[in-house]
Amino acid sequence: MSRDVVIQLLYIVAFALFIYGLMGLTGPRTAVRGNWIAAAGMGVAVVATLLTPGMGNWWLILLGVAIGTAVGVPSAKQVKMTAMPQMVALFNGVGGGAVALIAWVEFRESHGFDGSPAHVAVASLFSAIVGSISFWGSLVAYGKLQEVITGRPVGIGRLQQPLNLVLLLASIAFAVVIIGGGDAQLLIIGLLVASAVLGVMVVLPIGGADMPVVISLLNALTGLSAAAMGLALDNTALIVAGMIVGASGTILTNLMAKAMNRSIPAIVAGGFGGGGSGTTQATGDQTVRRTSASDAAIQMAFANQVIIVPGYGMAVAQAQHAVREMAELLESRGVSVYYAIHPVAGRMPGHMNVLLAEADVPYERLKEMDDINREFARTDVAMVIGANDVTNPAARTDQDSPIYGMPILNVDESRSVIVLKRGMAPGFAGVDNALYFDPKTTMLFGDAKASVADVTEELKAL
Amino acid sequence: MLVQNLAILVLAGFVGFAVISKVPNTLHTPLMSGTNAIHGIVLLGGLIVAGLGAEGVLDKILLVIAIAFGTINVIGGFLVTDRMLSMFKAPGRAGGSKTNQKKEQR
Repeated sequence: MSRDVVIQLLYIVAFALFIYGLMGLTGPRTAVRGNWIAAAGMGVAVVATLLTPGMGNWWLILLGVAIGTAVGVPSAKQVKMTAMPQMVALFNGVGGGAVALIAWVEFRESHGFDGSPAHVAVASLFSAIVGSISFWGSLVAYGKLQEVITGRPVGIGRLQQPLNLVLLLASIAFAVVIIGGGDAQLLIIGLLVASAVLGVMVVLPIGGADMPVVISLLNALTGLSAAAMGLALDNTALIVAGMIVGASGTILTNLMAKAMNRSIPAIVAGGFGGGGSGTTQATGDQTVRRTSASDAAIQMAFANQVIIVPGYGMAVAQAQHAVREMAELLESRGVSVYYAIHPVAGRMPGHMNVLLAEADVPYERLKEMDDINREFARTDVAMVIGANDVTNPAARTDQDSPIYGMPILNVDESRSVIVLKRGMAPGFAGVDNALYFDPKTTMLFGDAKASVADVTEELKAL
Repeated sequence: MLVQNLAILVLAGFVGFAVISKVPNTLHTPLMSGTNAIHGIVLLGGLIVAGLGAEGVLDKILLVIAIAFGTINVIGGFLVTDRMLSMFKAPGRAGGSKTNQKKEQR
């Protein structure tokens, strides 16, 4: 059996493992195993590729893998759970970056695809454009989530869409010239730069609340670019794995967007708060009522049911352990405590589940939005810890609000609300929250972890 | 060759669509992270282009970066997905297995 056949057979084993692994990842019980099955598939694919006849440059390969391992393993192992979303964005970005770089080298090695079949040039250039968009777009997404750049939508207004179109057309124009026989280095560099700027400009105006959807979209794009690279290199493993990610990523993006009642085109066309609607000033001169840790403790200690609504603020403050401790104290006093998990609370779907599970909060205490929304009317105290937009009643009532239509937690239906917050800054979507001005709402300002710890101390003293 | 590859491409697309039918909200992030790791397959592209001959110094540098990027994508992707998933406990078996899972993470 020739070596090529062996490689192809190993690739088939790898696809089977990828698909089986992905199927596992869609169910809670099989997910962990599914992930490792897919990883095994990747191992098989890499080994098969290294068997390719005529492989050389081993030290280059070794160097690259060594650097990648030295960077990848510690960053994956040490990243805090709160920083997980931006980590995924970064890992996605480097994948896209790798595709763009490979396409660039292909261009250089073949002197502008001189003598290559047309489909090789087309596929390579497609992967260069998409890979570059994905790399730079992911970096911006990372910057926004890490708060290196502002999470608020940054845009240039009306010119945004025409500019993006011009950038896209410029990238395509460079590609067309190259396919037509152009081989100047400036052409490919121009193509990479134009698509890089496009990637930055597309993600920059998108508000932070939409970021998970955007990362998922970029993820699908990287998959497509990998599939195109596979067509150019005549490599079935790249085609299959890339296309599976491209397709499943698209579906997943759609599911995520649906969970937020947003459409993908609306998200890409420019995010929350872009227009600066009239609702924001209306609440400007209203006052909020402050409370103290001891008052909050008393309020909750004598409640029958308390619902905790966690959000990104809890993640930032690393307050999940303190919250669990407080909840246990309340439960020991006979209060029933539940956690209301909005599908996009935090920066990613499932973000809150991960954090609370880490703090050993029993799984059955976590309630999804549809289940818990019926409970609020029967709840004495809803404690909102660093969640904002997902509790904003304007999403139900105010047609002008940028978040109108987003499903929210009906916190305002509970008998009283305590909001833990650092200050009066608006949420990630950049809109004021009418909940804070509700007469039954009191605010407990300060770092979430410190506030919860204070309340816990007061509970112990009662 | 091209036609065969296009056939594979289209079929793989349908497989991708079919695999993701119904996913609980809580698994959206791990699933995204998992598919993210799978597109680390671009590493193979770097390996092939580097292994089958890259001449210039710049090309070699670019390829080392590309291979490093691909490796980060693969290894980081799978490890992060695993860490995320290990945070979820199966509803039925809270308690007993808790300490074990903690140890596995370390």
